[in-house]
Amino acid sequence: MKNITSYSWSLLFVVILLGLWEISARLYDKSFLFPSPSAILIRLWELKAELFIHHLPPTALTILIGLSISIIIGSTLAIAMYSKKPIEQAFYPILIASQTIPVIALAPIFVLWFGYSIWSKVAVTVLITFFPITVSVFDGLRSSDKNLRELMLTMGASAKDIFYKLDLPSALPSFFSGLKVAVTLSVIGAAIGEWLGAQAGLGYFSRRMMTQFDSAAVFAPIVLLSAVGIMFFLLVVVLEKHFLQWRNHQ
Amino acid sequence: MMTTKVLEFTNVSFHYQATNASKPTAIFKQVDWHVNEGEFVSIIGPSGYGKSTLFRLVTGLENPDSGEISLNGEVTEKRLGKVGYMPQQDLLMPWRTILENVRLPLELQGSTPSSDEIIQLLADFGLPGEENAYPGNLSGGMRQRVSFLRTILTGSTIFLLDEPFSALDAITRLTMQEWLIDQWQKLDKTIVFITHDIDEALFLSDRIFVLAEKPVQTIREVIVPLSRPRTMRDLARPELIELKEQLISELRSEARL
Repeated sequence: MKNITSYSWSLLFVVILLGLWEISARLYDKSFLFPSPSAILIRLWELKAELFIHHLPPTALTILIGLSISIIIGSTLAIAMYSKKPIEQAFYPILIASQTIPVIALAPIFVLWFGYSIWSKVAVTVLITFFPITVSVFDGLRSSDKNLRELMLTMGASAKDIFYKLDLPSALPSFFSGLKVAVTLSVIGAAIGEWLGAQAGLGYFSRRMMTQFDSAAVFAPIVLLSAVGIMFFLLVVVLEKHFLQWRNHQ
Repeated sequence: MMTTKVLEFTNVSFHYQATNASKPTAIFKQVDWHVNEGEFVSIIGPSGYGKSTLFRLVTGLENPDSGEISLNGEVTEKRLGKVGYMPQQDLLMPWRTILENVRLPLELQGSTPSSDEIIQLLADFGLPGEENAYPGNLSGGMRQRVSFLRTILTGSTIFLLDEPFSALDAITRLTMQEWLIDQWQKLDKTIVFITHDIDEALFLSDRIFVLAEKPVQTIREVIVPLSRPRTMRDLARPELIELKEQLISELRSEARL
């Protein structure tokens, strides 16, 4: 019950926005340029077989593979930077600088390298999601309590003990925050990757429909993309709740 | 019966290295000091006079520039893991249950204790049925008891308690002091207790050590003229009031400098 009431205001706002959109679209009455929400939903229903069977799976797979690679590379790099000062000094500035590179502008080169296979899209996804994961894991590790560390030392703890029993659990909340950001970015990454060259995928389909002036069909896969993003986000929230149960006892 | 020195400083000097923000600070200069087996002693002194540094030296987090520190009669250079230390904040891991928190020192020693034993100990410590609770569920006084139990499970013969009750309210504090004395008498271990509350020091200790110079060259010893068991009312005796006044004026004259 509490959940329903806490979301009711944002729900109301969305309903109002959609209502205004619907009314103005109908007044404007050029559905090939500015489709109404109801027209988009109808188009989504008409295209459901093609979208769900043909275009959703490759996009979801790109997101999943991209995120997994980001988690592995990002966490490894963060742990290396945390354990060895020279590694931090070598990589941290580069890491920050890498974020000033317009990733989207770089994306065509991935098509050149990896062709129209799934890997060019995965590469774009990795490039924009590994940063929030690396930084959040690194900050999480650094946030571990120095007093607790000293207490463990007085108990005779080894460096390994401190890493596994103190640093890793301390980094977990921050890791999940980073993962939430990465999940939302991963949808963007996959869609951009598909624009540049693909044979299937929600981003690819949306762009193809644009060339056919079917704007309702441009929006329909976008609605799905955002639904995919929300699903992944909720999955992370469920995992977070499971692994950070102690937070409910504060 | 001969008394054994469970902890002894011989000629110990120590200073903190200079950092960007501060000059090198000498804390101890050729200090001799000892604690006997089974004693309850307190250390009092104004902030910044080396109370915590003393503990860091005993636990092995710091090493003296010169001089020797002996544990149980032997000069011990690697002291980490040999002395039980209870910090000022409870420092319980919020992600571990009470049972898992208490188990930490045993895990670090590589032993696998049975949960039943620890659950029994928790009950003895006035925490029955709390083994699966998280630290966030417990009150300040309960968390300090968990923290003390964790210190005891290090298995050391000597426990250093760094102002463990300073964050508690007056009533809880009183209960905890009585409880601590009770535990100490049951355990038959040595306790070194840092406090800046003179009443607390007088009520708990056999001897009080005063750190009141910079750098510390001699640690002044005050023997508390009270037998056990004690009650808070004993502190109202004329000779204790006089002792208290004397300690206050000693600390105050230093604190002014």
